[in-house]
Amino acid sequence: MTAIMPAAPAVTVSTRPGVAATLRHTATLAWRSLVQIKHNPMELIDLSIQPIMFLLLFTYVFGGAIAGSTGDYLQFSLPGLVVQNMLFASLTTAIGLNTDITKGVFDRLRSLPIARSAPLTGRIVADTLKQVWAFALFLGLGMVLGFRVHTGVLGVMGALALLLAFALAMSWAAVLIGLTAENQEKVQIMAFSLMMPITFTSNAFVPTDTMPGWLQKWVEINPVTHLADAVRGLLSGGPVASSATVSLLWAAGLAVVFAPLSIRAFRNRA
Amino acid sequence: MTYAIKAEGLAKRYGETRALDGVDLEVPRGRLLGVLGPNGAGKTTAVRILATLLRPDGGRAEVAGYDVVRQAHQVRSLIGLTGQYAAVDETLTGVENLVMIGRLLDMPRAEARRRATELLARFDLTEAGGRAAKTYSGGMRRRLDLAASLVGRPQLLFLDEPTTGLDPRSRADLWAVVRGLRDDGVTVLLTTQYLEEADQLADDIVVFDHGKVIASGTSDELKATTGAQVLEVRPLLPSHLDLVAQVVGDVLGSAPETEGGLVSGSVRDPSLVPSIVRRLDDLGVVAAELSLRKSSLDEVFLALTGHRAEDAAGGGDEGGDDGRDTSPDGGAGGGSGAHDDTRGGSARKKEVAI
Repeated sequence: MTAIMPAAPAVTVSTRPGVAATLRHTATLAWRSLVQIKHNPMELIDLSIQPIMFLLLFTYVFGGAIAGSTGDYLQFSLPGLVVQNMLFASLTTAIGLNTDITKGVFDRLRSLPIARSAPLTGRIVADTLKQVWAFALFLGLGMVLGFRVHTGVLGVMGALALLLAFALAMSWAAVLIGLTAENQEKVQIMAFSLMMPITFTSNAFVPTDTMPGWLQKWVEINPVTHLADAVRGLLSGGPVASSATVSLLWAAGLAVVFAPLSIRAFRNRA
Repeated sequence: MTYAIKAEGLAKRYGETRALDGVDLEVPRGRLLGVLGPNGAGKTTAVRILATLLRPDGGRAEVAGYDVVRQAHQVRSLIGLTGQYAAVDETLTGVENLVMIGRLLDMPRAEARRRATELLARFDLTEAGGRAAKTYSGGMRRRLDLAASLVGRPQLLFLDEPTTGLDPRSRADLWAVVRGLRDDGVTVLLTTQYLEEADQLADDIVVFDHGKVIASGTSDELKATTGAQVLEVRPLLPSHLDLVAQVVGDVLGSAPETEGGLVSGSVRDPSLVPSIVRRLDDLGVVAAELSLRKSSLDEVFLALTGHRAEDAAGGGDEGGDDGRDTSPDGGAGGGSGAHDDTRGGSARKKEVAI
């Protein structure tokens, strides 16, 4: 017992962590969010079950009816599905954070002499890596089903970069939700009832010309429309500049609004 | 004397509610302070402030000489915290939970592993170390949680209701661990709703109620403050119960309580006891049991606060659910009316005189 807890512990009083320590703490906490996959590889499938299901359902159930052939529809809808999945996945940050708070893990981390931001950044880094995985899975499965990339590696990388940029902006909103929601169920309900309408009132899954005029006006504004267009362009070819710009402006706008709110919520907890 | 913890006038409000209303605390190095109080008394708020998780609205506090607000980082490098929840990542294994903390404390990987192995052995979790924490029992999670707070060899440990919701065996195990830590020179601040726990573990006790310290001292000092001892008489024949109650009431000058065939009264002057014995003898009443004992901490608490500690705990459920102390009146309000019901049941005999 004494070997474990010496009477005069050789404690070093640490000073504020520098950049290197901050990165190290972030990496440790990102590891923490990812290491469970090692024990439970099914986690990777759990992570992807929704994308796979949506891809199959949309292609084979709606595809023929909407676009005349499943192949044409897949080429149209895969970028939309990728965007939808990114948005949903960006809210897993909120769920994870909220779970940490309700379970007390967040307090434990905050009572440690680590970089203040690490509990957030560690999680966001891990969730970003999961986004990359989901994107790769979508693309891989899509290609098996008949999706074709007409642009090349740069286009794919560009699409991924754009999606990640938007996901990072979204993570500010996710942090705010995670910090302020009462419990995990509330986060999920909030995420679902927010994201479903937003992703469906866009051109992600269907051409919009049969929608009523007022809805088309919203569709024109909806960032999902622009993101889906940009990802389509980057994967299948076609104009990208304007839709990508609007998407990035939306991302910037989200970050400008939610970053200060999230930081304030975080500080209030601290 | 150097204080491990020194707080002056700590205050914290939540809206209209004063969770802490001017709390002073002094904990000498190496002592175990028990913070006793009902749910919502402000115990958790005090711990959260001292552990740098919450900023006080007023007052100041130092931990090991460092200000908890301005030098929070230094404070964090010296403390360990075990909250009301078993704050472990359920998806990680026991080993991983501890290695993660070690790595966050900037230990090299090998050292973090070594420390994890050491602590798991100490807390009897070696076999479970490779399993995800979600498969652990409540007691195992608490032990893992406590182990996690010890990874950095803290000088000072905060234990916020560490045994709430534990079964008696797990509680006894945890007590042994806490005693061991104290023996190793770690200063411990332990909050509890359980009087027995404070009585068993604490060198010093402070009693919280409604965000204030209403009493402090050692367990014996607190018991002495009410000045009273308790006389208990159990007549051999139950039919004598009323007679005994009458005699005891006459001599002591206050109505005793009768429950479960036992008459108990508060005694301020022990010299009155022989006359009770004489009167009972004259009346031909045979006492199967007659004892004079110190007030239990339970009774002290009742005398101090006007309500019983465990009533105020809201029925003794998980207890921690309202742990943020956002509703200090949540349980305490109902206490004063109901305390008579549990009398006798919770007043255990510890010392028997005569």
